[in-house]
Amino acid sequence: MCLAVPMEVVEIKGNMATVQVGDVQRRACLDLVDTFPDVGDYLIIHAGYAIHRIDPEEARKTLEYFKEILEYEVSG
Amino acid sequence: MKYRDEYRDPELADRLIRAIRQRSRTPVRLMEVCGTHTVAIFRAGIKTLLPETITLISGPGCPVCVTAQEDIDRAIALCREPGVTVATFGDLMRVPGSESSLHQEKARGADVRMVYASLDALDLARRLPHRRVVMLGIGFETTVPTIAAAVRQAKQEGLTNFLVLSAHKLLPPAMEVLLSAAEVRIDGFLCPGHVTTIIGTEPYQDVVKRHGKPCVVSGFEPVDILQSIHMLICQLEEGRREVEIQYTRAVHPQGNPRARALMDEVFEPADSAWRGLGKIPGSGLKLRPAYAAHGAENHFALTVPPGREMPGCRCGEVLRGACTPLDCPLFRQRCTPTQPYGPCMVSTEGTCAAYFKYHTA
Ligand code: SF4
Repeated sequence: MCLAVPMEVVEIKGNMATVQVGDVQRRACLDLVDTFPDVGDYLIIHAGYAIHRIDPEEARKTLEYFKEILEYEVSG
Repeated sequence: MKYRDEYRDPELADRLIRAIRQRSRTPVRLMEVCGTHTVAIFRAGIKTLLPETITLISGPGCPVCVTAQEDIDRAIALCREPGVTVATFGDLMRVPGSESSLHQEKARGADVRMVYASLDALDLARRLPHRRVVMLGIGFETTVPTIAAAVRQAKQEGLTNFLVLSAHKLLPPAMEVLLSAAEVRIDGFLCPGHVTTIIGTEPYQDVVKRHGKPCVVSGFEPVDILQSIHMLICQLEEGRREVEIQYTRAVHPQGNPRARALMDEVFEPADSAWRGLGKIPGSGLKLRPAYAAHGAENHFALTVPPGREMPGCRCGEVLRGACTPLDCPLFRQRCTPTQPYGPCMVSTEGTCAAYFKYHTA
């Protein structure tokens, strides 16, 4: 039930955003989100509310970091 | 899809598994607290890929499953009240109470509606001014702020017919109870990603400091989960005990202050009864006095007889990680997803439902 999915913001009107993943569009309330988003940002949506704006830099860093660790560990 | 496909990369997953195998020496038992993790672990077949040294145990993180029988019975009592519309998240409908379910009550004419969001229940209250709309407040810290937002909105709009039955639960106190009871050995926790998006890492400090168990906050894609297992194994093998975040794209150490402030404005801690774990002090939430007018308990007498759980169902032990569904004689026999006998089979995130769907003997 804590299922929450990353969806892209396609439109913002007041405290409501239209968010999209694949062909699915939903409306999401922005009253809880920690950082107010712009169109094109990705939000984590849970039960009709955005609960987080995804930090693209953080997302990239984890993947890179782990790829690096793996290079080191598996080869070493 | 962005932020999803890259975390499903089979090659990266494969390398992570090799790294885990290389690193893991001592046998360990890791609990995934969250039901969404349980399902993701099964779907990706992660258990079969891990070395024998690592056992994953499922925990109490399915909100529908841990809802106490009395709370189900209270919801059923409510929907029988004249002029009441009950709004609930889907899975709860089919959970058997002591003598009925919301689903059965609906078939008998009660006004029970499935909603996707608290905002939908708020809409119902606007559209049905002559009825009292009771939203069933089931869920962990991820969901609580969404209910709090609806309660605050109702108060601002003067929607006095919007009520909440709060059976919300907080996860960290349940983790501590499991450790204190010491019924099952747990060497580390995969902590729930979206719960932590809201609460941050501070609430796990007691698990680390008092009980000396490492915690890693994990995302939900296969690569996330494997990375988190790798991080836990590294901590254990190196003798470190810390709270670490794997799921940094969605979790800040301080959580989501805005959502937390709203949660604190509307709710205060209360004791709460869990299926399988009993009453845990401070593990639930009730409305603060300023919002008490929206509490269902202040409009209806909600005392129900002690709940009668389904005889033979071992959900309680399953939720504590003390047995697996394979130990329940009713599993796949009397109890299937189409004819669920106990709550852990009803909910799509229930451990029994996950075993049914994905476990091949
Ligand atoms: S298989 Fe069914 S009866 Fe057995 S513990 Fe799970 S839900 Fe209960």
